[in-house]
Amino acid sequence: MSAAYEGAVADLIAELGRLPGVGPKSAQRIAFHILSTDSDDVARLADALIQVKARVRFCAICGNVAESEQCRICADPRRNDTQICVVEEPRDVVAIERTREFRGRYHVLGGAINPIDGVGPDDLRIRELMTRLASGVVTEVIIATDPNVEGEATAAYLSRLLGSMGVAVTRLASGLPVGGDLEYADEITLGRAFEGRVRLDA
Amino acid sequence: MSRTYRDEAVVLRTHDLGEADRIVTLLTRGSGQVRAVAKGVRRTSSKFGARLEPFGVVDVQLHLGRSLDVVTQADTLAPHGRSIMADYSLFTTATAMVETAARLTEVEREPATQQYLLLAGALRALAERAHAATLVLDSYLLRALAVAGWAPSFAECARCSRPGPHRAFSAPMGGAVCGGCRPPGAAAPAEETFALLGALLAGDWAVADRSDDRHRRESSGLVAVYLQWHLERQLRSLRHVDRTGAARVDRTLDPAVAIIGRTA
Ligand SMILES: [Zn+2]
Ligand SMILES: [Zn+2]
Repeated sequence: MSAAYEGAVADLIAELGRLPGVGPKSAQRIAFHILSTDSDDVARLADALIQVKARVRFCAICGNVAESEQCRICADPRRNDTQICVVEEPRDVVAIERTREFRGRYHVLGGAINPIDGVGPDDLRIRELMTRLASGVVTEVIIATDPNVEGEATAAYLSRLLGSMGVAVTRLASGLPVGGDLEYADEITLGRAFEGRVRLDA
Repeated sequence: MSRTYRDEAVVLRTHDLGEADRIVTLLTRGSGQVRAVAKGVRRTSSKFGARLEPFGVVDVQLHLGRSLDVVTQADTLAPHGRSIMADYSLFTTATAMVETAARLTEVEREPATQQYLLLAGALRALAERAHAATLVLDSYLLRALAVAGWAPSFAECARCSRPGPHRAFSAPMGGAVCGGCRPPGAAAPAEETFALLGALLAGDWAVADRSDDRHRRESSGLVAVYLQWHLERQLRSLRHVDRTGAARVDRTLDPAVAIIGRTA
């Protein structure tokens, strides 16, 4: 589609089209939005892009986004050192932090095992996780990968790998979406919900 | 002609599209490979739920679109995904199978009913742990290649048809080769390996289940070479197949195989 435009506009559409979730039509729409936007606003956007690459890096311990050697969570002495929650991406850390349920540490894998895309266990930060567990301080690893096929398979791989290390390995219960009807739940979701059922205390 | 059609399909893979949609690549029973959009499938409130996850066998209703069809309804026929994704060996094995199926049915909408039946059957055997995962995979790969027109020969010479058994294997020549046809550098597998390969191609499970680990490993290596020779691009998932776990699964579930299989 960008072939229909020339020079700078075509370049912008091509670059935008490489972003995740942005198809050719959206890229075109965003490009024309930018063209009709104030120069100051565009400069702020451009600056934000440059700053994020210049300032933000990945935490040396957990792989989360950080503005220094360690991320905010790894640097916080009040967090519980005995629990590590394993997630796929930094945005998952944000999602779990929003719940305020978890006070332990995180480990960001950098994705999920996806053999068709050529991503195997060695391409994720699994060795780094094993190194963190070697000290013996951690007693529970909570696997919070996405509840899809790749996330589940990654969880299966990790639980097999960690099974021999003497730490408790738990998986987030994945159940029925709140607000949904039981009769519309698919078999996999309903099956997982059964597996993760909890005792109701009287 | 109606703009809506219905078919059985195996979900081969999925790609996220935009905020909440997903493109699902299906191998349908009647119309071969079809790429379709599942709208809103990534929302927790989606009516599709996990039905359109890879490895599932579904009854789908699709609406013909301009470039991509749209999934309007999906019901699970066999929820293989759940047991497959819970076991890393099964997951990596199933992934290699769906990648192969996707590759062998690349021309969209070209009917491939044989390939569909073969894949659906292999996924079921895998999910139900009917046989060792590595055997299910190699049998599937050989038979899928045969359906695609690249049937290997494991008894008579692939080049001159001289009756076997033979002692050499050459992927470029099509399998077993006699002493006269054998090219330099041909592999020299064990006689039992040739017997296992023949059983896997024929679906003779009584023979295949009795094979031992050494010959299974040798077979897997030859099947991989044969597959890569016939597919133009490398199969990305094949090197990630976890065969160590697969052997263990087999032993724990079938004591008879465990005893026979360990005599080697
Ligand atoms: Zn950190
Ligand atoms: Zn010959």
